Amino acid sequence: MKPFPDPIKSTERPINMEHSNISVIVMGVSQGGLEALSCLLAALPQTFEKSIIIVQHRAADSDSYLSEHLNLISPMQVKEAQDKEPIRPGIAYIAPPDYHLLVENEGTLSLSDDERVNYTRPAIDVLFETAADCYGAALVGVVLTGNNSDGARGLKTIKDLGGTTVIQDPQDAQVPAMPLAAQAITIIDYALPLKEMPELFIRL
Amino acid sequence: MDAKKIAEIEVDVLLEAIRLRYDYDFKNYARASLKRRVHSLLSKENLEMPYQLIPRILYDNKIFDKFLSEMSVTVTELFRDPPFFKSIQEIIFPVLKTYPYFKIWHAGCATGEEVYSLAILLKEAGLLGKAKIYATDYNKRSLDIAKAGIYSASNMEKNSEAYLKAGGKKSLNHYYTEQYDAFKFKDDLNKNITFAYHNLVKDGVFGEMHAVICRNVLIYFDKDLQNHAFTLFDNSMVKRGFLCLGSKETIDYSVLKNQYETFSRSNKIYRKTN
Repeated sequence: MKPFPDPIKSTERPINMEHSNISVIVMGVSQGGLEALSCLLAALPQTFEKSIIIVQHRAADSDSYLSEHLNLISPMQVKEAQDKEPIRPGIAYIAPPDYHLLVENEGTLSLSDDERVNYTRPAIDVLFETAADCYGAALVGVVLTGNNSDGARGLKTIKDLGGTTVIQDPQDAQVPAMPLAAQAITIIDYALPLKEMPELFIRL
Repeated sequence: MDAKKIAEIEVDVLLEAIRLRYDYDFKNYARASLKRRVHSLLSKENLEMPYQLIPRILYDNKIFDKFLSEMSVTVTELFRDPPFFKSIQEIIFPVLKTYPYFKIWHAGCATGEEVYSLAILLKEAGLLGKAKIYATDYNKRSLDIAKAGIYSASNMEKNSEAYLKAGGKKSLNHYYTEQYDAFKFKDDLNKNITFAYHNLVKDGVFGEMHAVICRNVLIYFDKDLQNHAFTLFDNSMVKRGFLCLGSKETIDYSVLKNQYETFSRSNKIYRKTN
């Protein structure tokens, strides 16, 4: 496995100057997601000003437990995304079960019940590709633990359009397949264990 | 001008060509999803850029049919979202019972599965004979499938399960005949259903409805077109009529916000207040 860039050193590279206006982080996670998101969102401060938009793979008939639980343990406001909702700073949005979550160019969220992508709805690729289209270089894409390859193509689109790519260090991931799949097809700017991510997200 | 803006112009010009040639206006559709569908058609046609579709669509209406199918791909199934079907029996049916006859508009019925679901539940409540159901869509091919009432039998187990969860009182196989790998709903179910072409973007009111059902259609519209559709529904509604939306749709941010009361927040059932 090729060594990953040291996160501290990486910020010294001039390329990251382009990312100083980052306001939105998109995140995809599958198996092991509840633990991973709990760990991450609990560690972000109340003063965190970026928006986080999350696709967590889950059953079509899931209830609202996930967003309610994360909202309780996180200093940030965590909520289920609603159709045509404006993306506001300091809020984490979770895709509702059985709908794709998309970013519209005017900075709002929209839902669709289009066909499954990568056998799943919501699909991480749908969120990542539409967010990349809207935010270009001002976007961070994050692929966390999961046992499939959803998110890989979307993360590549984010990179192609100048955004920043982050994966959970496969050794740190409960299920490494998803970060490994992303790493296999695109350049990863940061591969980090979960507990080092909040610091990066604040710094970017 | 940056490349992103130029790409948007390209899509705008494609949509304008479609509007002028076929009188379908997609300008106020939610853009992100629309662009994904355009790109899905491009890859099926081995094309790369939206502008390449313009001459093909202008001169070959089969390509337009493909575009329309792409735009109206719908995820629908019998008793989709069983709690919704359960709650209309509890909330709306008792009111419908009080009318000598009543009309229901199912807007955006696609291939019709949810219309037949509604008809089955009305029949079990003894209300189907008093009902006139208008099931409309802008895709004529979908309407043909809906009219025929013939569907693949591959999901029968799931369908039966959803029927029971929705509060079905008998057994689903009571309502259809099966042949090979398909099933056909019996004719007594659709004799009170009129399947008809109607485009929410440009067509108007065609009757006074006691309930309007429009689920998972409005998420594909932008705010302006959503409000246009809401106004159309409102103008079609009798006093104290019911409006039913998809599970992630709401009137909360719309022009109807103060004119309807919420009867089921989770199942998106609203009722006109005046």
